[in-house]
Amino acid sequence: MLDVAVAYSRYRFLGAEFLTWLWYAVEREPETIKAAAMDRGVLTVGDRVVLENSLHQPAERVTISGENADLGEAMLALKKGALVAELRLHYGAGDHDWRFSLKGDTLALMGLKTPRSAPVESPDEVEGAVLEKLGLCEEVVRLVDSLFVRFIKLRVSERWREETVPGMKAWVKAARL
Amino acid sequence: MGLLSSSVALARYRVEGKLEEPVLETIAESLQRHVIGDIDGNVPEKAVGWTSFETPYRPDFLSSSLVIGAYFVFALRVDKKAIPRGVIRKHCAAEEARELARTGARYLAREEKRRIRAQVEEGLLLTIPATPNIFDVVWHYEAGELWLCSTLKEANEALETLFYRTFRLSLIRLFPFTLAALSGTLSSPEHDRLLALTPTSLKG
Repeated sequence: MLDVAVAYSRYRFLGAEFLTWLWYAVEREPETIKAAAMDRGVLTVGDRVVLENSLHQPAERVTISGENADLGEAMLALKKGALVAELRLHYGAGDHDWRFSLKGDTLALMGLKTPRSAPVESPDEVEGAVLEKLGLCEEVVRLVDSLFVRFIKLRVSERWREETVPGMKAWVKAARL
Repeated sequence: MGLLSSSVALARYRVEGKLEEPVLETIAESLQRHVIGDIDGNVPEKAVGWTSFETPYRPDFLSSSLVIGAYFVFALRVDKKAIPRGVIRKHCAAEEARELARTGARYLAREEKRRIRAQVEEGLLLTIPATPNIFDVVWHYEAGELWLCSTLKEANEALETLFYRTFRLSLIRLFPFTLAALSGTLSSPEHDRLLALTPTSLKG
């Protein structure tokens, strides 16, 4: 494998492409998301999107956040060549809710709020609480992995250039600003 | 932010290689060898080491529980002393005034000022307590996967360095390229195409 630091810089764009595709797939290809979640839950885009336009140097960053955030501005940034650098997501499965942000360059999970579990009231309860929390975190990690595998398989295929990119361009173009 | 906090940050790693059997003892002894040191009342301004998940201020890997389910759970601790600049300036000014009075000189040479500053900083480091920062670590040994409950650059760099020094095993940060290359889901031709990828533009 390539040197990790070299690979990080050279293929940094993959993270932004993944998050942009993820937003597109959530809106236009729900069956892909459903398959990645193994029909267990629903993934939606949350209230914060950070976009970065690397066509400009230094790169321009646009942050759209808040409950009533105008995602039209984010679409406008996409139209100008920006890609998603950070995306807040909401995943719901049954009565359970997860909220988290994904950072494109590292795929790190930030601000991960898992479904509420019982408070730890004595040292004897720590082990159980840790196992429960790890299980809940794992659920999201596996979902992200599953989505990423779908993305990367698509990204290295001809379908990316022939179908997905035109589809994404049409999605951006059709967005109401 | 710890694992049991209401809001968690996770940086993910692949662990390359295996440890000497019995693994539990090897891990416990290795962590103990690189346990966080106490720098309060000493000159060092920073210490990096391992600590226990449940008792981060009383690290003990040999008697406290390190294994939870299929995971090894412990923590990285980074203790730092931060002396506010204003405090250093105040103490330097007082020391410099004392030195001028003692020698009867009108000015202090740059070298002398530097010496006084170093002395002042050393004195303050002896008195100021270190602030501990604790980052939980979850190691799924069999899966070769490790999570650090922090996305702070400093914490991730400290983990990578200390982990190698402790276990002589490499950590590979999972970011888009490494996740793709190490996921085992790409065929050889797909892997070759991955290496040749260039950015996509949605403009226009």
